[in-house]
Amino acid sequence: MNFELTEERQMLQDTLRRFLRTCYTTEFRNGVIASDQGYSPKIWTDLAELGVIGALFNEDQGGFGGTGFDIATVFEELGRAGVVEPFLETGLLAGRLLNQQDMIDQIIAGQLQLAFAHAEPNSRYDLNDVSTLATMLANKIVLNGRKAVVANAEAADYLIISARESGDDISFFLVPRDTKGMKLQGYPMTDGGRAAEVILDDVTIDVTSRIGIPGQALNQIETTIAAATVALCAEALGLMETAIQLTIDYLGTRKQFGKPIGSFQALQHRMADMLIELEQVRSIVILAAGHLETAPNIRDRYVSAAKNLIGRVGRLVAEESIQMHGGIAMTEEYELAHIAKRIIMIDHKLGDTDYHLERFIALSA
Amino acid sequence: MDLNYTPEEDAFRAEVKAFLAEKLTPDLANKVAQGRELTKQDHDHWHATLNARGWLAGNWPAEYGGAAWDAVQRHIFEEECAMANAPRIVPFGLAMLGPVLQKFGNDAQKKHWLPRILNGDDWWCQGYSEPGAGSDLASLKTRAVRDGDHYIVNGQKTWTTLGQHANMIFCLVRTNPDVKAQEGISFLLIDMNTAGVEVRPIVLLDGSAEVNEVWLTNVRVPVENLVGDENKGWTYAKYLLTHERTNIAGVGFSTAGLEAVKRIARTEMAGGRPLIENPFFAARLAQVEIDLMAMAATNLRVISQAASGQAPGVESSMLKVKGTLIRQEINDLARRAAGPYALPFASEAMEETNDAIGPDYAATVTTRYLNNRKLSIYGGSNEVQRQIIAKTALGAMR
Repeated sequence: MNFELTEERQMLQDTLRRFLRTCYTTEFRNGVIASDQGYSPKIWTDLAELGVIGALFNEDQGGFGGTGFDIATVFEELGRAGVVEPFLETGLLAGRLLNQQDMIDQIIAGQLQLAFAHAEPNSRYDLNDVSTLATMLANKIVLNGRKAVVANAEAADYLIISARESGDDISFFLVPRDTKGMKLQGYPMTDGGRAAEVILDDVTIDVTSRIGIPGQALNQIETTIAAATVALCAEALGLMETAIQLTIDYLGTRKQFGKPIGSFQALQHRMADMLIELEQVRSIVILAAGHLETAPNIRDRYVSAAKNLIGRVGRLVAEESIQMHGGIAMTEEYELAHIAKRIIMIDHKLGDTDYHLERFIALSA
Repeated sequence: MDLNYTPEEDAFRAEVKAFLAEKLTPDLANKVAQGRELTKQDHDHWHATLNARGWLAGNWPAEYGGAAWDAVQRHIFEEECAMANAPRIVPFGLAMLGPVLQKFGNDAQKKHWLPRILNGDDWWCQGYSEPGAGSDLASLKTRAVRDGDHYIVNGQKTWTTLGQHANMIFCLVRTNPDVKAQEGISFLLIDMNTAGVEVRPIVLLDGSAEVNEVWLTNVRVPVENLVGDENKGWTYAKYLLTHERTNIAGVGFSTAGLEAVKRIARTEMAGGRPLIENPFFAARLAQVEIDLMAMAATNLRVISQAASGQAPGVESSMLKVKGTLIRQEINDLARRAAGPYALPFASEAMEETNDAIGPDYAATVTTRYLNNRKLSIYGGSNEVQRQIIAKTALGAMR
């Protein structure tokens, strides 16, 4: 047994933590969130140079990581700093589905943005609920349908779009964002960054745009979503560490009734409960990351366990951190506001607490 | 024991329902139901509508133009209004300052200010909290020094709700710094158009700007704007807070909120069937409904006592805690029910026009969830309420 990070991952963690602590201040982040683009191209390139994206790909792909523990190391630090840049979308979701090496090289170098357009207005968290159609027409493929809450769609050079082909199975297609017939309705997200509704109206693409084997996308999507869910859980861990640290600092400095509010036992015990739950979260993230490369039914049982637990603890930590601060934590300019929103919004990505509880039960049967 | 309302009370409820059906426009009700920000005009319009019917000040005695309802009637009115998605009555003049002036104000103050509250001539806001005085309100530092027939006021107030609409603010100020904190506080009425008053909005985590900082720099306030006696303000402040705590349970808001969650859950599909049939979701929904059922009955027990003349004590603290926890749980269920469409940031949706992103019910579930974290913080935080409850049972243990 050894729960230490490898030397390389430790170095990556230290580097990221140092860099983000200096550069990714609350003021900077609020500026990014308020910007039209919704992300900072400068931070994107800087972090790519530090190896953030390379760590998400294996050596055969030109990266230096790609395993569950690499993903967890990166995303815990991105979470700790409340980073809103689309590393999940470009680096993991879309990045993992690509098989063109030249494009992967560009992603790792921070020169390409991608989005994964899979979920639809009525699919909620069901990965198999796809109504978008891909029809063969004179050696071309024509896409029709609508994709919902596609993060990073407006900034993406390419979208990876899932659709049903004849025979009813799901395939996916690499489509340049400016393709005729594709309309984006963009908006900001509650926790920073931007997303869009993607309307596909006779989007005509070449057959070579199909990625992988026709109709075989679902398995690959599930593998990718498992990795992305581990990333979200690790991000939540980092976010919770920050929320709790901010609360500890505040309990020590805020005075009411002539003493620091941290001297009140009622608050001390609630802080203690949060710290206990935080270690539970740390452990479940390690378990999920450590099982990412195992058989799908084992992998997904751990992944769902993790997402369920971070959903429950996330709500506790976000709400209790705000409550123990009082009004100050309700203000946009205070760092906790963003951190808490991000924790809560993770419950709306890739399956919520109940969804993963149900899936855990199904996989445990 | 009789769990029924009297025939008179039932008739009153019918009268309120008919009034709301006639006077509350669907546009305004929809705006309230969706949690969109109301304009000053929306509030003024609704106040005027109620005032025309003599129902704006349900808690005021008839001699001041109030409806003089008892606690049960007030409850019925508030419940019906909440369930019909009527705008809430802005409480600062009507529920807070009005009763203080009626009990502690002099004749001139009553004659001048009370009709202006009813007619909407003044919009009042509350100058209580300060950056350093939240739960420990008595530690407030805003200073008022007598100078001839004026007070000179210096300090900063915060969390001033809807202060951007207000022309008047009632403030707790320190007039004697040399005595025990509670004994040096006075209750002052300040015209916000006086030189030295500055209102700065505070943007909250849901993007709303409903609260403000109010900065007071050498503000000259005529001494006739002192309510009651100098240095007795803490007594009046506490009296006001007991009035702030009427309807503290928010039964009507929770009932309306629960119905809204059910509507969402009947529409949203999860795993091929309506979310409301999902056993995990249905269980949480049922539990909060049971909690609300019991809490509504506790509320009625307290109201019934109050109607027979007994002042509520520790029960209002209990209702504050339980009532806010239930409302927040309902807000949480609503955001969960909305699924991925809870992600878009809907600040635009808080205003009049917006392009719909996803189903209309999803637009404000997240902002409402976030904004209502305030419920357990303001009006005496739930921690302060629990302290009151424990002290009442245990005494001051040392």
